[in-house]
Amino acid sequence: MATYRELLARVKEEIDEISTIEAQARLESSESPLFVDVRESDEWEEGHIPGAVYIPRGRLESRIEGLIPDKSRPLALYCSVGSRSAFAAKVLGEMGYTDVVSVAGGFADWKRNGFEVTIPRVLSPEQRSRYSRHLLIPEVGEEGQQRLLDARVLLIGAGGLGSPASLYLAAAGVGTLGIVDADVVDESNLQRQIVHSTDRLGEPKVLSAKRTLEGLNPDVRVVPCQERLTSENVERILADGWDVIVDGADNFPTRYLVNDAAVWHGIPVVHGSIFRFEGQATVFSPGAGPCYRCLFPQPPPAELAPSCAEGGVLGVLPGIIGSIQANETLKLILDRGDSLAGRLLLFDALSTTLDEVTVRKNPDCPVCGESPTITDYVDYVEFCNTPLELG
Amino acid sequence: MAAVRIPPTLRAEVGGSRLLEARGDTVADVIDDLVERYPALGAQLLQDGELASFVNVYLDGEDIRTRDGLDTPVSEGDQMILLPAMAGGSPKGGTQ
Repeated sequence: MATYRELLARVKEEIDEISTIEAQARLESSESPLFVDVRESDEWEEGHIPGAVYIPRGRLESRIEGLIPDKSRPLALYCSVGSRSAFAAKVLGEMGYTDVVSVAGGFADWKRNGFEVTIPRVLSPEQRSRYSRHLLIPEVGEEGQQRLLDARVLLIGAGGLGSPASLYLAAAGVGTLGIVDADVVDESNLQRQIVHSTDRLGEPKVLSAKRTLEGLNPDVRVVPCQERLTSENVERILADGWDVIVDGADNFPTRYLVNDAAVWHGIPVVHGSIFRFEGQATVFSPGAGPCYRCLFPQPPPAELAPSCAEGGVLGVLPGIIGSIQANETLKLILDRGDSLAGRLLLFDALSTTLDEVTVRKNPDCPVCGESPTITDYVDYVEFCNTPLELG
Repeated sequence: MAAVRIPPTLRAEVGGSRLLEARGDTVADVIDDLVERYPALGAQLLQDGELASFVNVYLDGEDIRTRDGLDTPVSEGDQMILLPAMAGGSPKGGTQ
């Protein structure tokens, strides 16, 4: 039988400790360990070491492997004075973590030394409840949810693809959604454009979408842009600063404008397209991966573009492709997982098959290649005689 | 013999088929075999004997332009995907 003091003394002999001064030096070095705050939530909310992750001592054993699967990763555990973190370090050692230290003196000593402190923004009780299923996922968590709330996503089109994409992004709490679409809601849209409804017929799509999305989630602000994207307005629309563009356009002129603008502004584009029973999705990530012009340098000539009368789409298909776009967008914002950059996904709804082809960055690409030949926006002619609508 | 996936935008040119078998030891031969049987495909795939810039051809998931282009060898059982640019959106617009 041992008293708490005896137990603590024994544990401290079995673990490695560093001072807060050493901890601060390591934090600023190029090989900083990951700081793990094992205090309670009210302590964390009053301030923590910059870059630290929060796992309360009581949840440490159950959560650590999900959050930090690499057991050789250097970890620096801290609490308020260095006791809870000492016990925590011992447990992690028993769980197979090989490079764990406890910060002696803890956060109290850190603050006494005048070192930098991050005051975390906290979710309201309503947000905790609304996003609880996100908060339970280690890859999202509170920090990820804050990222989503801070994120700004521009949707090109509030149609077939934009409907499911915007609904899921709004539900996920993406804080600002810009929507570019010049059209009004038409009866023929409602077979697949689920962000709209019958009582919105004749209403501008951007306003109909705004009502639906802000009604779904009051954390979301929708910035409506009731115009068609052109070389004249693209710079103005992009000037608002967007983290990700979701391309749900249904025509080549818009797709090439979006691509060129995104390359020049360094904004990733989550691309989706649909036709009848088949859809495609990929991510164009400027700098890191190919762009749309690496895939298709230019649109087909008008005479070879497929006849407009042959169109049509199964209503659920944009639901599937648009949801894939929402998924890729969330991953880009959260900086988690492997994006579709460099891979074009081909979905066939009739056979229910998913194929994938490789898309490589083209060194001869006219926009993102080594010697670009296109340096200004190009307004391609529309291929149909009938007016086009987005999405 | 390669299995060639025909995209929905080109099915009118091949009588509605989604998948066609075609013969040839290279991508060029396989396309020639297809065009011989479905002449309307020619204008959609080729420009001056070269693969049109708005069409991609994938052999087992790799863009043939990153391999040997139309000279890329085709093995028995390879899967080829023809992929013209597809803007894709609403039924009214089709692929415009």
